[in-house]
Amino acid sequence: MDLLIEGLKKAIEMLISGDPEIFEITWLTLRVSLTAVLISTFIGIPAGVILGLTSFPGRRFVLILINIGMGLPPVVAGLWITMLLWRSGPLGSFSLLYSPFAIIMAQILVSLPIIIGLTCSAFQQMDEKMLLQIKALGATRLQTVRLLVREVKIAILAAVIAGFGRVIAEVGAAMMVGGNIRGETRILTTSIVMEVSKGNFDVALALSFLLMSLAFIITFLLTNLQQRNRVR
Amino acid sequence: MNPMIRLENIQYTNKDRTILSVPSLSITQGEILGMMGPNGAGKSTLIKILSCLQAPTGGKLYYKNAELPISRIPLEQRRKWAVVLQQTLIFDTTVFQNVAAGLKIRKVPRSQIKQKVDFWLEQFGISHLAKKNAHQLSGGEAQRVNLARALILDPEVLYLDEPFTALDYPTKVKLLKDFKAIIKQTKTTTIFVSHDVTEIQFMCDRLAILMDGHIVQIGSTANVLNNPNQYASPFIHDMSLHIE
Ligand SMILES: Nc1ncnc2c1ncn2[C@@H]1O[C@H](COP(=O)(O)OP(=O)(O)O)[C@@H](O)[C@H]1O
Ligand SMILES: [Mg+2]
Repeated sequence: MDLLIEGLKKAIEMLISGDPEIFEITWLTLRVSLTAVLISTFIGIPAGVILGLTSFPGRRFVLILINIGMGLPPVVAGLWITMLLWRSGPLGSFSLLYSPFAIIMAQILVSLPIIIGLTCSAFQQMDEKMLLQIKALGATRLQTVRLLVREVKIAILAAVIAGFGRVIAEVGAAMMVGGNIRGETRILTTSIVMEVSKGNFDVALALSFLLMSLAFIITFLLTNLQQRNRVR
Repeated sequence: MNPMIRLENIQYTNKDRTILSVPSLSITQGEILGMMGPNGAGKSTLIKILSCLQAPTGGKLYYKNAELPISRIPLEQRRKWAVVLQQTLIFDTTVFQNVAAGLKIRKVPRSQIKQKVDFWLEQFGISHLAKKNAHQLSGGEAQRVNLARALILDPEVLYLDEPFTALDYPTKVKLLKDFKAIIKQTKTTTIFVSHDVTEIQFMCDRLAILMDGHIVQIGSTANVLNNPNQYASPFIHDMSLHIE
């Protein structure tokens, strides 16, 4: 019990005193996670639309891969990215391993399938007659997609929220491809792991508050966007 | 009179089943053609084929005497007419935005959109609902939105698939009157599917009876209803029993 109370006190002190390193870590976490989610969203929604609305040979197979990808263990994603960026690997010459870029790549790898998969199922569930109705109004293909996206806005934002949740919570891959380098690739999750292993529960606790606040604020904003203009 | 729309040997088959077979049909400019028939007769299918939302499996379609390329109808062509589908599918946004949808698609300037939407909401007596989310509407209100969304496009041809079913009686009478006045005034060629003889009698210049994918009788509304031929009479007869 003492441990907890002492930890809490120290954590609050640290937050109030405004330790610059902590805020640097938080800032990097925010940048990395948002970049990863944004990229996953911009690739994932169009891919989900195509997968949900069209049929092509091999579609079922792609869908199976996506669904497996939704549960891809982050350490496996980390391993793949590490091998890809390793000095002697395909992209080794760019020396990107142990950079924020590598963390972003790993986070895209774990969040993209979620966004594609959930977007795809939202479109598949939509009433076929809605497509006919939009066609009847004389919409071009692009206009049709825009109108349909608006119809399934709630489900699409749920996909983005789920993707963000995966990214912000992710630690295994970030540790592996980022290396938790102080001032370079140290993000909240990786530094919590480190502080706990060193027995610095107070610092870990302070960091965890920041992590949860970050998750809370972003999810709060996304949920508001999702529920905007809702009556029910 | 010039036919606005003409069909030649239109077929729609699904696997081995013939769902629709119309050897010929002409629709005159400015007329209101009614269409009746039992459930599953193919009325909705015919509406979708006429409005080029669904390609027939065979036959030809002429618009103002020019043949339409059935497999690839230009968008510009389809934008000349408006369709009210049997299912009222309203977008998950405000009533205003729903009615404005087709104009936005046609990139009509914002100021004009506002003016037109206000006019049509007024016409259908739903101005007070403009800011309401359309998914909150009653069936009758939603149908008005659906009709306004089509009429606002100022179409050359209007295709209506059972557009008044969800309306209660006094509302329907008022709407039918206004509606007929509007389409007669704008001389909009209209194809009107309905199950309601009163609606048909009130609205339509001509009436076609569709049974089992075939037009079994077509002629002036009064004539078809009073003198049905041997194929149409069972249906007309059942319908009159239903009314009494
Ligand atoms: N998408 C579809 N797939 C298969 N059969 C259909 C489809 N739509 C309609 N049909 C069939 O086509 C026939 C005509 O349907 P429809 O045009 O909706 O009739 P109506 O509007 O006169 O009630 C019906 O037998 C129906 O079962
Ligand atoms: Mg029908």
